[in-house]
Amino acid sequence: MSGGASPATPLVTVEGIHTYYGKSHILHGVSLEVGPGEVVGLLGRNGVGKSTTLKTVMGLVRPSQGEVRYEGGTITGLAPHRLARLGIGYVPEDRRIFRLLTVMENLRTGLDRTGVDDQRKQALLDKVYQYFPVLADRRNQAGGTLSGGEQQMLAIARAMMLEPKIILLDEPTEGLMPRMVTQIRQIIEALHREGVAILLVEQNVPLTLEACQRIYLMEKGMVRHQATAAALRADAAVIHQYMGV
Amino acid sequence: MPILLDQIVIQTINGIVTGMILALVASGLTLIFGIMDVVNFAHGELFMLGAYVGVTTIVATGSFWLALLVATVVIGLLGAIIQVTTLRPLLGRDPLTTILATFGLSLVLQNYALWQFGPVARKIPEPFTGHFSLFYLDYPWYRLVIAGLSAAIIGALWLFLKFGTYGIWIRATTQDRVMASAMGIPVPWVHTAVFAIGAGMAAASGVLFGPLVGVNHAMGLDWVLKAFIVVVVGGMGNLGGSIAAAIFVSLLEAYASLWVSPAQAVIVSFVVLILTLLFRPTGLFVPTPK
Repeated sequence: MSGGASPATPLVTVEGIHTYYGKSHILHGVSLEVGPGEVVGLLGRNGVGKSTTLKTVMGLVRPSQGEVRYEGGTITGLAPHRLARLGIGYVPEDRRIFRLLTVMENLRTGLDRTGVDDQRKQALLDKVYQYFPVLADRRNQAGGTLSGGEQQMLAIARAMMLEPKIILLDEPTEGLMPRMVTQIRQIIEALHREGVAILLVEQNVPLTLEACQRIYLMEKGMVRHQATAAALRADAAVIHQYMGV
Repeated sequence: MPILLDQIVIQTINGIVTGMILALVASGLTLIFGIMDVVNFAHGELFMLGAYVGVTTIVATGSFWLALLVATVVIGLLGAIIQVTTLRPLLGRDPLTTILATFGLSLVLQNYALWQFGPVARKIPEPFTGHFSLFYLDYPWYRLVIAGLSAAIIGALWLFLKFGTYGIWIRATTQDRVMASAMGIPVPWVHTAVFAIGAGMAAASGVLFGPLVGVNHAMGLDWVLKAFIVVVVGGMGNLGGSIAAAIFVSLLEAYASLWVSPAQAVIVSFVVLILTLLFRPTGLFVPTPK
């Protein structure tokens, strides 16, 4: 992927989507691609439509125009629960932990699917507990009692229960202390090693440049620029133009 | 007139018996409200139709327990059909539309019952007629059985919600419909199932309560009104709160009827409702708002 070209058959393709919230036109024809196992970043200032792009892929908002494809087939307009079953995991910006459910129950919302036997369930749980030991300690505690960083870990672990092929990760480091940011960074790397693709929305530029292979830069509801992370690391001016940093 | 200890004991038992039935009606109502923000004005009619299905089954088979089961299942299915055809298309719209829809349904169901079964009240015979003596009264065992059965049904619901996979789905959907859906939970079907469960529980209460009052097409009105009071007092959508409030309000009414006639004792419920709305609008039995 060092050349920056997309792989032959992208896992997720977003093509020319226009999304509205009521009368306000949020996305003006966004197109992007994520290849299998690829970590792709989506950078831009607040309010340019990064989160809306993720929500549109997840089926939480319906685009008025354009198409979303998954493994070659169109998924535009499919219900989110169908997409989750197809292998799209979603970690929203505000984490949206089920606050009154215990940590274990939060995980079970994604784990209790048909066709997953007890052995595989246990293996999945063991894996996330290895990544996030704190969740193992708190498995019987209500999700709402966790700290912000722990909730973020739970949100990621919960999405991993779906054994997704891609995780849509919306500002995972927002409001976290530096130690937690490092940990999130390591998780992204671990997921990448496992072959899980990630579409990462971030404000944290250094983290995004480090974690991603390719990056899309958004402005005013459109993708204005795309480049490899390596190219952007070498070209601070572009980042400055789109992020103001 | 001095109030005697025996009267207080009798009214306590009466209050608990009515309270458990009311809790059974109200828990379905609050479960439905909690998960889909639908205020189900047709709940009383599901209670009433349950009683009628019970009457019909008893006439056909002679078995009260079979009637209880058949009514629960039949009205549960009716609830699922109502949800899919009437409420599912309205999801996400202004709450007023679902209020109008369920209110319209209640009129349809009530008039259907009037047309189908006529204005004369039917009687469900008590499954057993034993009494025990309570001070100067012959108190029917059946009333205590109602309380016990209602408690058992509510307990079973609680266990289902607490430990089952589907219970987790229901609680997750209640807390965050969008995130539940993003986790692969089939939210539209969870809504249908919850509506069916609520309807089935209303029907079960109708059959259980039938022997005490007689079954007629308007029997749902009183109950749904009281159930609404209880649901608001207990905190909208809060299951435990509704159960506590059902028993609390019923006990208050039972004690009040020591001084005034039972018809006037209903006023107590409204006083509790108004005080709750004034001072604890999130509900009496809610420790902290979500």
